[in-house]
Amino acid sequence: MPLLKNGTVTADPWHDGTAGLIVTLEQWRAQRDTLLARNVPLGLRLAPSDDVETVGDDARRFALIAIDFPAFTDGRPYSSARLLRERYGYDGELRATGQVLRDQLSFMQRCGFDAFEIANPNAAQDFAAAVGEISVVYQPAGDREPTIAASAHRAA
Amino acid sequence: MTTQVVSANRLDNGRVVYLAPSGQWIGALSEAEVAHDATAAESLLHRAATAIIDRLIVGPYLISVTAATGRPQAERLREQIRATGPTVAPAHHDRAA
Amino acid sequence: MVAIYHYDDADRTLVRERVAQFRDQVDRRLSGALTEEEFRPLRLMNGLYLQLHAYMLRVAIPYGTVSADQMRVLAAIARRYDRDYGHFTTRQNIQFNWIKLEETPDLLHDLAQVDMHAIQTSGNVIRNVTADHYAGAAADELDDSRIYAEIIRQWSTLHPEFSFLPRKFKIAVTASATDRAALKVHDIGVRLHERDGAPGFEVMVGGGQGRTPMIAKTIRDFLPEHDLLSYLEAILRVYNRQGRRDNKYKARIKILVHDLGAAAFAAKVEAEWAEIKDGPLGLPEAEVARIRHHFQPPAFRDLDAPNSLHVAKARIDPAFARWLRINTHAHKQPGYAIVDVSLKPVGGIPGDATADQMDALADIAAQYSFDEIRVTHTQNLVLPHVEEGALHAVWQALGRHGLATPNVGLASDIISCPGMDYCSLATARSIPIAQAISTRLADLDAQEDLGVLGIKISGCINACGHHHVGHIGILGLEKNGQEYYQLTLGGDPGADASLGEVIGKSFSAGGIVDAVEKITVAYRALRTPGEAFIDAYRRLGPAPFKETLYAAA
Ligand code: HEM
Ligand code: SF4
Repeated sequence: MPLLKNGTVTADPWHDGTAGLIVTLEQWRAQRDTLLARNVPLGLRLAPSDDVETVGDDARRFALIAIDFPAFTDGRPYSSARLLRERYGYDGELRATGQVLRDQLSFMQRCGFDAFEIANPNAAQDFAAAVGEISVVYQPAGDREPTIAASAHRAA
Repeated sequence: MTTQVVSANRLDNGRVVYLAPSGQWIGALSEAEVAHDATAAESLLHRAATAIIDRLIVGPYLISVTAATGRPQAERLREQIRATGPTVAPAHHDRAA
Repeated sequence: MVAIYHYDDADRTLVRERVAQFRDQVDRRLSGALTEEEFRPLRLMNGLYLQLHAYMLRVAIPYGTVSADQMRVLAAIARRYDRDYGHFTTRQNIQFNWIKLEETPDLLHDLAQVDMHAIQTSGNVIRNVTADHYAGAAADELDDSRIYAEIIRQWSTLHPEFSFLPRKFKIAVTASATDRAALKVHDIGVRLHERDGAPGFEVMVGGGQGRTPMIAKTIRDFLPEHDLLSYLEAILRVYNRQGRRDNKYKARIKILVHDLGAAAFAAKVEAEWAEIKDGPLGLPEAEVARIRHHFQPPAFRDLDAPNSLHVAKARIDPAFARWLRINTHAHKQPGYAIVDVSLKPVGGIPGDATADQMDALADIAAQYSFDEIRVTHTQNLVLPHVEEGALHAVWQALGRHGLATPNVGLASDIISCPGMDYCSLATARSIPIAQAISTRLADLDAQEDLGVLGIKISGCINACGHHHVGHIGILGLEKNGQEYYQLTLGGDPGADASLGEVIGKSFSAGGIVDAVEKITVAYRALRTPGEAFIDAYRRLGPAPFKETLYAAA
C-alpha cells in the first residue's frame, strides 16, 4: 500500500520491519517492559475502539502510531488522534490506515494525522488538492491552525 | 412468483426510470420490460448493474407489477406514487394567487 | 442593517470554497471516479438526498433567521431549479423536491451569493442549529438565543473530529422560560438563564424522536457562558467515541445516555471537560460581543403612546380581530408586535410555499419588518418586528397571498412530514391526512373554542413530523399494502415535555379523520372552563378518550 507523508508518496520503512517493531495495544499492555528493554524503535497499531487513555503518556515512546479506519464512516480515530496529539504530547508519525479516501484527508490532517496509507495511484495530487480545498477553519483542532475567530482581522 | 420490472433513479437528475426492452431507461412504467420468472428478473438486475457502471442510474431494484392489460402497473402504493408523482397537488395548484 | 449574522470575508471564503469542493465531488461522481457508496455520505453532508422522484436538497436556515434578500433568492431557486415551490420543515430549514444532481453546484453557488448554504443539513454530523423563532423579539426572553446558536454553528461547521459521528446530531438553543424550540427532544438542548446576574446555560442531553423517543435529561444546571463550546466538545467527544456504531437504530446519543444513565454519562462528560475547559475553546467575551453586534435590535421607533389604529380597525372588522388574536404575539419593544404567518391554509400542504409567496413575504418584510423573516419548527413563518400601526396593512398584504389563515397554534395548524408523496422511507402518506383533518376542522370559531391543539403527523417511524410530541399524534404505517394510522395522545414539546401514548388499535385513512374529530368532541365535553387539551388529557388520562373511540364499535 502506498504511503503518503508530507504530501509525497514515500517508501514505508516499517513495511519490511527495518524501521522497527509494530505492536498492538494488547501486546503493548502485556509486554510493555520487555518491549522497551529491546531498545528498538516501536510502532503501535490501534483499532478505533482502543482507548488511547491506556496508552497515555507512553505515547511518546513510539516512533509510529497507526490508527485503523475499518470503514471511512467510523469517526472514532479522529478523536483518538486529537487526544494523542493534544493531550498526550505525541509528536511522532501518526498514520491513518484502512479505508482512507481522498475526501476525508483534510479532516484527518486537521486532527493530527500526518501519514496516510492510501490505495490511490494519484495519492499525492489528491492530497494536495484535498487539503487545499478549505483554507479557513472555525474551530481549534490538532493541526493548530489559527481559527477564523482568532485570526487578525477579527481581533480588531 | 409475481411479474416484475426493474426501476432506479437516473444519476444525473434523479428522475424515476424503468428498463425498457430496447435497453433504454425510460420514464414510463407502462413501457417497461416485464420479467415473468426469476431468470428474467435476474437478467434485468444484471443489465441494471451495467447501467450503474455506465453511470446512468443509481439504486436499481425490482418492483412487483400486474400486467393483466399487457401494460405493467405497480402493485404497491409507493411504486404507484413513484410512477405517477405525488398524490397531492403542490401549493400553486390549490391556492389562490 | 437587518439583524442577521453578516458574513465577513472569512465566513464567505469558507462557504465559497465549500461550493467549489462540492462541485468537484459532483464532477468526480458524474465522471465515475467516485462510486455511489463513496459519494452518498459526501452529498448527504451537503444536504442532498435521493428521494422518491428526484434529488431533494435541504438548505440550511440557521436558527430560522432569513433576510428579505435571502428569501428572494430562495424564491428564485424554486423557479430556476425546482417547480416553483419549497417546503419549510420542522428543523427551520427549507427543502426543494425536484433537484438535479448536475445542477446542484450552480444552485449552491446562487445560495452562496447571499451567504447561504446546505452545509451539514444531513449526514452523521452536527446538523443545522435551531433556536427560538421569536428570538430577538419575544417579550419574555432573557437574551437573543441566536447569538449562542451562531457561536455553536461556527464551532460545528466542518468540525474535523465530528464529521463521522455514530449518527446525526441536533442542537437547539433558547433563552426564555417558554420553550419554543422543543429543546427536550434534541440531542442537546441549551437553555440560557442567569445566576447572580451572570449568563449561563442549562444543558440537556439525550432527547430525540424517531423510533425510540426520549425526553432529554439535564446534565448541568448552570454552565458559564465562557465554557459553552468546551462543554459541547466534551459531550460530542464522549459520544463520538462511545456511541454505538454496530446498530444504526441504537446509535443516537439518547441510547448512550439511557444505557449509561444520565449521571454516569454526565460524569464522563465532566471528566473529559476537565481536561479541555482551560484550552483554546474558551469563549472570550469579545467574541460573544462581536457576534452580539450582528443581532442588535433594529432601529425601532419610539412608540410610547400606544398606537390604537389596529384596535380601532379590529372593532369594525371581526376577521382582522381574529387574526390579531391568534396570529400576533407580544413584542419586547412597546408599539411593536410579532406576526405569525401561517403556511397552513385549509386543505393545503403544511409548510409548502410557492415562489410567489416567498417573494411577497420578502416585500412585506422589507416594508414592515426590518427585512427579517423567521422559520418556525411548526412549519410556519414569522415577521418578527411589525409596528402595531401597520398590522392591518400587513394582514391585508398577507391575505392577498393566502398567508393570513388565522390558525397558528390551533387544530388546523398541523405539522406534517412529506410522507409517501415524496419520501423514500415512508410507510404511508401524511400530507393527505393533514389536508383532510384541516378541512374537517376548518370552522374558525370551533377551532378557537378548541384552543391550543397540536396535531402532528409522520409518514413513518422516523417521526420527522413530531408525532410523539403532538397533543394528537398520528403515525402512518403499512400493513398488507394498506396505509393505516396509529393515534397517540398527550405528547407535548414544551418546557414540560411529554411523549404521547398509543391509545388503541389503528385506523384507516378515513377512520383517522373521524377519530381526531371524536377526540375534539370528547375534549369539549370533558374540559373544565378554560382548560387546554393537554391539561385536560393530563388530568383525565386516556380512558375517556379510549371510550369515545372504541366503545360500542
Ligand atoms: C424527506 C427526506 C427525509 C428523510 C430521508 C429523513 C430521515 C430521517 C430519519 C432516518 C430520522 C430518524 C433518525 C433517528 O431516529 O435516528 C429522522 C428524524 C427526524 N427528521 Fe427527518 N427525514 C426527512 C425529512 C424530514 C423533514 C421534511 C423534516 C422536517 C419537517 C425532518 C425532520 C426530522 C426531525 C425533527 C426528526 C426527529 C428528531 C430526531 O432526529 O430524533 N425530516 N429523519
Ligand atoms: S417521518 Fe418518515 S416519511 Fe416522514 S419525512 Fe421522515 S422519514 Fe420520511
